[in-house]
Amino acid sequence: MQASATPSPPLSQAATNAAPAKLECRGVWKLFGSGAGTYSVGQPGAADSARLAAAGLVGAVRDVNLAVREGEIFVIMGLSGSGKSTLVRCLSRLVEPTAGEILFNGENLLAASDRRMIEIRRHSMGMVFQHFALLPHLSVLGNVAFPLEVQGIGRAAREDRARKMIELVGLGGREAFFPRELSGGQQQRVGIARSLAVEPELWFLDEPFSALDPLIRQEMQDEFMRLQSVLKKTIVFITHDFDEAIRLADRIAIMKDGAVVQLGTPEDLVMNPATDYVAEFTRNVTRAKVVRVASVMEAGAPAGDGAPTITATATVSQAAGLFSDRVAAVSVLGADGTPVGRLTRDAVINVLMLG
Amino acid sequence: MTAPLAIQTETSATDTAPPAGASLPASTPENRWPARVVWGVALTAFILLWQFGKPVADWAFEVPRNWRIPAQRWISDAMRWLLDEASFGLFTFTDLTRFIAGAIEAPYRFILGLLSTGILDGRGSSATQLLPPLSWIAVIGVAMLIGHYAGGRRLAALVGGCFAFLAVFGQWSAAMVTLASILIAVPIGILGGLLLGLAAFRWRAVETALRPMLDLMQTVPVFAYLVPILFLFGFGPSSAIIATIVYALPPMTRISLLALRAVPEEAHELGRMTGCSKRQMTWRILVPSAMPGLMVGVNQVIMLSLNMVIIASMIGAGGLGFEVLAALRRLDIGAGFEAGLAIVALAIALDRLSQAFAARHPHHESAEERDRSIARRHPYLVSGVALIVVSTLAGLVSAPFQAYPEALQISSGTIGSDIVGWINVHFFDQLEAVKNALLLNLLIPFKRFLIGLPWIGVVGLLALAGFRLGGWRLALTAAALSALIALTGQWEKAMITVYLCGISVAIACLIGVPVGILAAGRERLWKAVELVIDTLQTLPSFVYLMPAVMLFRVGDFTAMIAVVAYAVAPAIRYTAYGLRRVDPHLVEAGIAAGATPWQLLTKVRLKLALPEILLGLNQTIMLALSMLVITALVGTRDLGQEVYIALTKADTGRGLVAGLAVAFIAIIADRLISAGAARLRVRLGLATAEEIR
Repeated sequence: MQASATPSPPLSQAATNAAPAKLECRGVWKLFGSGAGTYSVGQPGAADSARLAAAGLVGAVRDVNLAVREGEIFVIMGLSGSGKSTLVRCLSRLVEPTAGEILFNGENLLAASDRRMIEIRRHSMGMVFQHFALLPHLSVLGNVAFPLEVQGIGRAAREDRARKMIELVGLGGREAFFPRELSGGQQQRVGIARSLAVEPELWFLDEPFSALDPLIRQEMQDEFMRLQSVLKKTIVFITHDFDEAIRLADRIAIMKDGAVVQLGTPEDLVMNPATDYVAEFTRNVTRAKVVRVASVMEAGAPAGDGAPTITATATVSQAAGLFSDRVAAVSVLGADGTPVGRLTRDAVINVLMLG
Repeated sequence: MTAPLAIQTETSATDTAPPAGASLPASTPENRWPARVVWGVALTAFILLWQFGKPVADWAFEVPRNWRIPAQRWISDAMRWLLDEASFGLFTFTDLTRFIAGAIEAPYRFILGLLSTGILDGRGSSATQLLPPLSWIAVIGVAMLIGHYAGGRRLAALVGGCFAFLAVFGQWSAAMVTLASILIAVPIGILGGLLLGLAAFRWRAVETALRPMLDLMQTVPVFAYLVPILFLFGFGPSSAIIATIVYALPPMTRISLLALRAVPEEAHELGRMTGCSKRQMTWRILVPSAMPGLMVGVNQVIMLSLNMVIIASMIGAGGLGFEVLAALRRLDIGAGFEAGLAIVALAIALDRLSQAFAARHPHHESAEERDRSIARRHPYLVSGVALIVVSTLAGLVSAPFQAYPEALQISSGTIGSDIVGWINVHFFDQLEAVKNALLLNLLIPFKRFLIGLPWIGVVGLLALAGFRLGGWRLALTAAALSALIALTGQWEKAMITVYLCGISVAIACLIGVPVGILAAGRERLWKAVELVIDTLQTLPSFVYLMPAVMLFRVGDFTAMIAVVAYAVAPAIRYTAYGLRRVDPHLVEAGIAAGATPWQLLTKVRLKLALPEILLGLNQTIMLALSMLVITALVGTRDLGQEVYIALTKADTGRGLVAGLAVAFIAIIADRLISAGAARLRVRLGLATAEEIR
């Protein structure tokens, strides 16, 4: 069910393509119902809704295959009841999948012992929760230091580390506050600082901004992008908001009824929606804000001397501002700063005309 | 103030929910057989059996001897075995219980020493005082400091006032004895309840096993288990404390379980994602997250422990309870009432303190606060210690600083007795006329009627009611419990209990529901009524007996008056709550449709408040039953008397069997009414069948 690869992958994708998979999910199923354990997921047509219903089962996650690459923001997007929350809980093994394999750095988590799981969670995973899940009896400092305290790290060391994290999320000076003394946005900053305290390799964010007001949400998204530009974590981000998904994602998996209906870059989804369901989401997206310069440039010679420059990973709408009466083409620079091609006014106008 | 028994409603409503919900799908027999037909047939059969069955089937009226279950003997034998023979090899069962008693006694003696006797060296009359007890000034001061810490100036004033009341009315030393036993019983009750709640939360099997145990612990009258506790732990304060814990523990267990269940899923996930071990999960995540809910349980434990003060004094607790009991025995209304009010004062102080602690939220210190000296950072600790030291030193110099001077004590003296005496002198004939009229025309005929009913028929009707209201499981419960009452030979006494309880509850509702309706819509009246019923519920039940006995002498009528006075509070409270909770939009819709105030009341407000009022009825029955056992002191002939006789004769089996019969009556009534209320809520569209389930 995966989308076919786009004809000319953008440069940034080409770069991450090379990155190895941090987390891989192979044929993962989660069925609810009394006969869940005995249902044969290997049979042909096993994922069929009617067949599951006949067996008295609900397929919360149906045969999901995906790989999250090192350093990318992987967004799982779906409406409520689509199975996205169950899937992320399978990935972190908060929920035990009915079938499948989950490989973290090549190690199958589903085969790991309880002790090993505790070890992995203590040192390699962090999670941010929709409703923050802050402990009301602990101060900001206590909450952020909590994962370190659980590991048995001494007071001075863990509070030192927690203070750095609080500083990082911009809450310096509020260490002694208690959660109920903070606004929703500030509380989620605490949640983010806490999840980062153990320096996780894999960072799960489960609808982290859904409980916030729209304005605060935007601010938190910017903050999140700023953090990621510094930290370069491998991220699995859950959301029900398609705009949020295309804003943040390197790649998006869209889920419906427990299955992934399309997986690709925001650009892939917008330009080539695999199903009507996906098209429904992408219809109102402004193309110029999604399409990258690399996709519409003419590869080869740059524009003439003195022409403005733009990176290949920028969006067309970012490039549009560079054109004027006197500028008909801009030079496109690759990741290493060398020219890789030119972007013409006509190409930009074509994209803008798509809406 | 929280009603001590209020939690039963909530928990029993959830207890009975499954059978109630189970009968709701479309295929219930109700849909096939209209209620009128079923009840018509059943009642006809019942009346035929009642009227003409006696010569044919005598067994239906009196349980034949060889059917009887000798439960009394079994229990007594088991008790004897425990006491005389049970052994764990190295030590006997009695050694264990005596050890527990000793383990409780040691800290109790210490706290008692602090508050009342002083720290002593040696025992009995040869004891010498090493340190004097805390002076009354220190205790009041420390209580006020705690009040100020938890709830500011107003709470400090209230707590100070309550404790000062104890000193001024000459109840100080008795109150300190009571306070000492409360201070031991409450922490044990809280910890025990929490641990049981945690076990039930973690292991489903523990919960299944615990539920019926808790039901029984809450419904078996306390008198019934005083005897076994006395045997096992000996006469004295530790037995009294253990009885108090048994009584106060079940709500804590239930509330702990509810509070732990209410911890959001995300908190569990946080624990797992941060790699918590099981112990870290419990103590670092679950218990702190459940704390607001747990504090409700703490409050309940405190209030129930204070409820037990008088009964506990029967097995050696001393203190205020003993004062009330002694006053009751010599019918000294004034003294009894003062000691009773002292219990209320303690209850109010401890209740408000615990509620204030529950409402407290942690607050960060400002940087300026952090840089202060120790004295300024811990003002409460420092001033508390200073107060104790200064008042102790002052007490050594001058006696009034140590003990509240007797010359300044006041007492209502004989005012109470004088009022009752005056009423007796002037209205004796009228009172007697009312009493006799009610006795002859209502009480005695109803009693005869109930006793004359065939037990097998009553069991059948109860089963039918259970089936109609909640399906097979409820039918089975109702039938089995009522049949057990009959087969253990308690039927006639149980019927007397039902008769007294029924009439008292009916009168309590006749008074309570109209008062509730009147008060519901009037804010100021409601505040006044609430204050009165709060006091009625905190006042120890024994206090109601005294004026009733003095006015009407001993007998069923007196018992009824006392029961009504004690049980009327929930009838008022739940009616008013129910009416006040009716959706105002529906009332507006009624007004818009042109309903008269009377139509509005009967067709909209009362109808929607009915489930709530039913729960109030449930509570009224529970309170009436618990009071009924106490009225055995004024010579009723029901199960309560049986329990009381067993207590005086130290007959474990007899007391427990009668106590269990009382518990069964309570459980049957509770289950049937809760199931009825749940169904009603579905029918009124206030909840769906799934929600109820």
